Amino acid sequence: MIWVVFALMTGFAVFSVLWPLSRQRRDVTRREIETNLYHAEIAGIERDVERGLMTSADAAAAKAESARRLLAQADQVPAVTSRFSVKLAALLAICVIPALSLGLYSYLGAPDYIDMPLQARMEGKGDDLDIAAAIARIEQHLAREPDDARGWEVLASVYRQLGKPASVARAYRQLLRIEGPSAQRLFVLGEALVYANDGRVDAEALQSFEKALAADASIIDAQYYIGLAAQQRGEPQKAMAIFTKMIAEAPPGAQWVDVLRERIAQMGGTGPASAAAPAPSAGMPAPSPEQDAAIRGMVLRLAERLSAQGGSAEEWSRLVRSYAVLKDIDKARAALEAARKQHQGEGALFDALAKELGLGG
Amino acid sequence: MITEIGHYALVLACALSVTQALVPLWGVWRKDEALMATAQPVAVMQFIFTAVAFAALTHAFVSSDFSLLNVVQNSHSQKPLIYKISGVWGNHEGSMLLWVLILALFGALVAVGSRAMPRDLSAAVLAVQAWVSAAFFIFILLTSNPFLRMAQPPIEGQDLNPILQDPGLAIHPPLLYLGYVGFSITFSFAAAALIVGRIDASWARYVRPWSLIAWIFLTLGIAMGSYWAYYTLGWGGFWFWDPVENASLMPWLAGTALLHTAAVMEKRDALKIWTIFLAILAFSLSLLGTFLVRSGVLTSVHSFANDPARGVFILAILVFFIGGSLALFAWRASSLRQGGIFAPVSREGALVINNLLLTTCCATVFVGTLYPLALEAFTGDKISVGAPFFNLTFGPLFVPLILLMPVGQMLAWKRGDLLGAAQRLVVAASVGLAAALIFSALQGGPVLSVLGVAFAAYLIIGSFVEVWGRITGPGVSLSVAWMRAIGLPRSAWGTAFAHAGLGVSLFGIAAIGWGVEVVHALRSGELVPLGRYELSIGALERRNGPNYDASVVPIDIREGGRVIAHIDPARRFYRARQMPTTEAGIVTLGLGQIYVSLSELNADGSIDARLYWKPYVALIWLGALFMALGGALSLSDRRLRIGVARRAQTVAQPAE
Repeated sequence: MIWVVFALMTGFAVFSVLWPLSRQRRDVTRREIETNLYHAEIAGIERDVERGLMTSADAAAAKAESARRLLAQADQVPAVTSRFSVKLAALLAICVIPALSLGLYSYLGAPDYIDMPLQARMEGKGDDLDIAAAIARIEQHLAREPDDARGWEVLASVYRQLGKPASVARAYRQLLRIEGPSAQRLFVLGEALVYANDGRVDAEALQSFEKALAADASIIDAQYYIGLAAQQRGEPQKAMAIFTKMIAEAPPGAQWVDVLRERIAQMGGTGPASAAAPAPSAGMPAPSPEQDAAIRGMVLRLAERLSAQGGSAEEWSRLVRSYAVLKDIDKARAALEAARKQHQGEGALFDALAKELGLGG
Repeated sequence: MITEIGHYALVLACALSVTQALVPLWGVWRKDEALMATAQPVAVMQFIFTAVAFAALTHAFVSSDFSLLNVVQNSHSQKPLIYKISGVWGNHEGSMLLWVLILALFGALVAVGSRAMPRDLSAAVLAVQAWVSAAFFIFILLTSNPFLRMAQPPIEGQDLNPILQDPGLAIHPPLLYLGYVGFSITFSFAAAALIVGRIDASWARYVRPWSLIAWIFLTLGIAMGSYWAYYTLGWGGFWFWDPVENASLMPWLAGTALLHTAAVMEKRDALKIWTIFLAILAFSLSLLGTFLVRSGVLTSVHSFANDPARGVFILAILVFFIGGSLALFAWRASSLRQGGIFAPVSREGALVINNLLLTTCCATVFVGTLYPLALEAFTGDKISVGAPFFNLTFGPLFVPLILLMPVGQMLAWKRGDLLGAAQRLVVAASVGLAAALIFSALQGGPVLSVLGVAFAAYLIIGSFVEVWGRITGPGVSLSVAWMRAIGLPRSAWGTAFAHAGLGVSLFGIAAIGWGVEVVHALRSGELVPLGRYELSIGALERRNGPNYDASVVPIDIREGGRVIAHIDPARRFYRARQMPTTEAGIVTLGLGQIYVSLSELNADGSIDARLYWKPYVALIWLGALFMALGGALSLSDRRLRIGVARRAQTVAQPAE
């Protein structure tokens, strides 16, 4: 369709050259033009005389000058029309204009691209629903009604799926403003800010975590981030103290304990086992060989099921985590890769997981 | 599809301009009527396609089509409609498209109006015009294409520079471009005359409407730009001798000179080579302005995205056209027949002095603008040639110019009566003297202001002495005077208004010396005295616009305890670009203005602000409007309508 339009347009362009070439002309002749000018000049001189801008003697001389100019033009060579030139010009127009324009356009243009006005994108339905357009629609709605908490929640979850933590944080700030502080909301805000800052816990995030913890002491992850903040500030002693305390208070079987141990090891600590308690009495007990085998069996079954039937993003995460805990890094990476393939929209989640477990993307 | 049609239309317009640049010239060379005749229809078609391209881009901006890179970079879906439209040319790519659109429009107008012109001249004019447009089409397509698409369109644009989100953007660039591009037509006429090898009084007649149109629009464009800078930048000044402003002033000075010398050429068939040179100069300076502004040599709100490739390209265009036309000039000018010689005391003599002064002014600005740039390029030293330099050089040049302007109007062609002219100007001189006395008594103040007002009053009155003498006299009744006033050629009125307009502007500029400026931390509820007014400060308010948040300080203006006006100066914060702007609160009282600009919101609740009372400041821009009105009156003079409408008439009554 668009090529038909282009062809028509090219036709018009070529026509604008061919038409004057083929036309029989009977316009004003050169002679008429010169005569008109002469009359206009004489009239002008007479007006100047009337206004006193010229004496009559000077006017007579000026008129004579004009007449001389008119006569001088009479010996101009009359113009001709050569049939050969006309044909050559027509041929050039027919070849050069389309060649030049189509050549340039094929180099520069994007004929397959349709128009994408924002309104149409936002009204798109079914298959061509444009996620970005849907977001824009919610954003526009919220710009008009910024107090719609439900809207901000939806927006936050969409942004989380798209891996845009800064936007999640923005939505949660609004939620906090509308619905007041809650431990959960404060924590989510803080975590989103940490992701938005590439893992750095900034002042606002730290404040959110502290408030969240004050509201609900059971939010252990908040403690972790507070410890992380201390580590980033260059206060390893403080960080180690927090992590050690967390390990000590961890429920049996909590997998994140390993992460904490790793952190402590990074900071040069020896781990809580030696510092806090002689034995992993409260923390996760080191698995006995039998337990270890049992765990490996469970992981294997999960892996088989997921690779055969697929599973939710959470299940995949669990598998990756399990491999990481078992220190089977290659398998963890492979599982992460498979998970990414199956849940392409969850890139952010898996990125975060990889970061957390130190799997390097 | 609309976007791609626009893109293709632009490419076709480019191809047509190349055709138009070559075939008519070939016709001129071979003296072939048919080949020459292609110029007109192709010029019209080129305009139609350019207009289609422009309409398509406008459509993309209005519908927020973020699949265009240019729309993403310069628009925002929440922007008000008017700024979506003006945003089309509020960026480099779009503004270049506006440039070629106006170029094509003028080309089409020349084509339509060229029936009364010799065929070879009009063909050559349109061919040269097409060279210019081809250069810019190629420039746009290769370095500044507004139609580039994005495979993954984002959902929101980056918004337009907040400073440009102003009605001024809808007016200033189009006016200025109409001016610049108008001078491309006079340039084309000059080059065409050199190519055809025939320059005479009739050439001046054909050129005159175009030089007038260009001059009118450039005058308005500069004035509008000045007013915009005045109310947007928040410094309270109206002219900063900024290189970007100078870039528009130089073609204006050259164009003003051209306008006057073309009159001599038309009436006396003299100053031909000089006129041709000025026509080339005016357009060269326009191109130079484009280069300075767009190449990244200067940084300003006009530069948009700087890209060295563009700078080099524009430099190449500049060198090609200036060098090419000057070479053509050097080659052909010697073969042109010189016009008559004339007496020094005559209208044409006065116009020569006018030209000397104007071109000297132009050279001064040129040096003041380019010297610092050249120095920086060669030695790395940064110097600032600011207002002091220009005030010192411009002032002395303008004094004789202003004194002579009414004298020139009074002199006759060929032989003038200087003494008679001087006698008739006694009235104007006395009014000037009286103005000086009255204002020094009323306002006191700087000597320069008093002097300036004296010159202004002399110029305003002096501009009308000639027409006044024509329409009145002893025992002339009102109705007769009225009939005579109507009977006077419009160009006489045009001259009077344009000259008086300069006087009016000068008055406004001179009155700056009587202004009051206060820097003050405003507090809610206080009364701040400013000149003879008092400003009653209200409490800070938040007022949010579609794409910005604003902090507004409502201020009532009182005189003698009575509230006479209200202003709302504000600070705005544009969300998409995260940029603050200042919205000055301005109110016009009589011809003066109160101007309040907020600079800083302090933690203690006070707001730092600059407050000005500027008496007669509106006259600066009103004067420019008068000048443009003068130009329009002159444009409507019937002698410019030769050949087109009067052809039948002259044949019928040859002895008119």
